[in-house]
Amino acid sequence: MQQFANPTQFLSLANKALPTIWAVTTILFALGLYGALVTAPPDYQQGETVRIMFVHVPAAWLAMLVYTVMALASAVAIIFRHPLADVAAKTAAPIGAVFCFLALATGSLWGKPMWGAWWVWDARLTSMFVLFLLYVGYIAIWQAIEEPTRAATIARIVALVGVVNIPIIKFSVDWWNSLHQPASVFKMGGPSIAFPMLWPLLVMGLAYTFLFLALHLISIRSEITARKLRNLQIARGEN
Amino acid sequence: MRLLWALLRRDLILAARQGGGVGTALGFFLTVLVLLPIGIGPDQVTLQRLAPGMLWITLLLSVLLSADRIFQQDFEDGSLEVMAMAPASLELVVLTKAFAHWLSTSLPLSLAAPFLGILLNLRTETIWPLALSMVLGSLALSLLASIGASLTLNLRRGGLLISILVLPLYVPVLVFGMSATTGNPEMIMPSLLILSAMALASLVLAPIAAAAALRAYLK
Repeated sequence: MQQFANPTQFLSLANKALPTIWAVTTILFALGLYGALVTAPPDYQQGETVRIMFVHVPAAWLAMLVYTVMALASAVAIIFRHPLADVAAKTAAPIGAVFCFLALATGSLWGKPMWGAWWVWDARLTSMFVLFLLYVGYIAIWQAIEEPTRAATIARIVALVGVVNIPIIKFSVDWWNSLHQPASVFKMGGPSIAFPMLWPLLVMGLAYTFLFLALHLISIRSEITARKLRNLQIARGEN
Repeated sequence: MRLLWALLRRDLILAARQGGGVGTALGFFLTVLVLLPIGIGPDQVTLQRLAPGMLWITLLLSVLLSADRIFQQDFEDGSLEVMAMAPASLELVVLTKAFAHWLSTSLPLSLAAPFLGILLNLRTETIWPLALSMVLGSLALSLLASIGASLTLNLRRGGLLISILVLPLYVPVLVFGMSATTGNPEMIMPSLLILSAMALASLVLAPIAAAAALRAYLK
C-alpha cells in the first residue's frame, strides 16, 4: 500500500488503470440501462415511472458511499498525515455532491407522478437534503481558506464532524417523520423487489461505482497536476 | 481549574460590559418575533400552532449569529494564543468559552423565549416543556456553535459559512426540541432525556473538534 501513496507511483497506476475502468463502466452502463429500460417489467402500481428508480437509487447509494470515502480519507490524513489522502477527500466531495443532487432531482421527478408533489418532507428526503448541505459546507471550506495546508486540516475536521453527525441526524429525522406520517408512504422495493427489477438495479449500482472511481481518479490526477503547476509558478516567482 | 474559573469570569464580564452580549441577542430575538407574525398573518390559531417552532428557529438563529464572538475577538487581539499556551489544555479552554457563551447568551434567551411566546399566543401548558427543552438544547447549541466558530475563525466570509456548517448539526436538537413541545404529553420526558444526552455528548466531543480546528489557525 505504501508505494501507491507516493503521488508519482499513484499517477502511473491511475493512468494504467483508467482505460480498463472506463471500459468496465461503459459495459456496466450499457448492460444496466438495457435491463432497466427494456427487460425490466413495468410495475403493476407505478407503471413505467418505476424506471426512474434505476437512476435514482444508485445515485443515493453513491452519495452515501462517497461521503464515507471522504471521511475515511480524512481519517487517514489525520492519522498518517499523508497529503494524497487530503487530495482524495477534497476531490471526492464535488462528485459526491453531484450524486446527491442527482438523487434529490430524480427523486423529485419521481415524486411528482407518485405522490402528486415535487417534494415531500419525508425522513429520507430530509436526511438526503441535509447530506447535500454537509457536502456544500465541506466544499465551501476548501474554497474559503486560501492557505492549502490549513484548508486541509480544517476540512478534515469538517468531514469527521459530519460523519459523526450523519447517524444522529438520520436517526432523529427518521424518528421525527414517523411521528407525522406513516412509513407506508415510502415503500419502494426493499428486499421484496423482484429479480427482473433487482439485477438491473444492482448492475446500475456497480456502474455508478465504477463511474465514481474513474471520475475520482481523474480529478485526483488533475488536482496533483494543479499543485505541481502552482509550486512551479511559485518557484519561478510568478505568483 | 482556577485558570478556567478566571477565564469563565473574564468571558462573562466581557459579555456583560462590552455590549453585543445578551442585549443584542435578545434584541434580534424580538425583531424576528415581530417579523414572523407579520409574515404569517395575525391569525391567533395559526400562531398558536406555529409558536413553538418559530421560537425554536429564532433561538437557533440567535445562537448562530452570536457564535463568532466565542473566539473571534480573542483571536484578533492575541489572547487566544496566550490561552493556547496556558497550562490548561486547549480542549478545556474551548469548553469553558463555550460554557460562557451558553451562560451569557443561549441560556438567557431560552429562559426568555417561552415568555415571549405569550406574544404568539403560546399555549400555557407548553411553557414549561418549552423552557426545559430550550435550556437543555441550548447547551448543545452553544457547544456546536463553538465548533463552527473555530472552523471559520479568521475567515472573511465566515458568517455565511458558519451557518452552512452548523445548521445541519442543529437538525437533531430542533427535532427533539419540537417533539417536547408539540407532541403528546408522554413524549415530553423522552425528548428531554434525548436532548440532555445530546448536550452531554457534545460536551465531550465538541471541544475536541473545536480545539483541533483552533490549533490549525494558531499554528
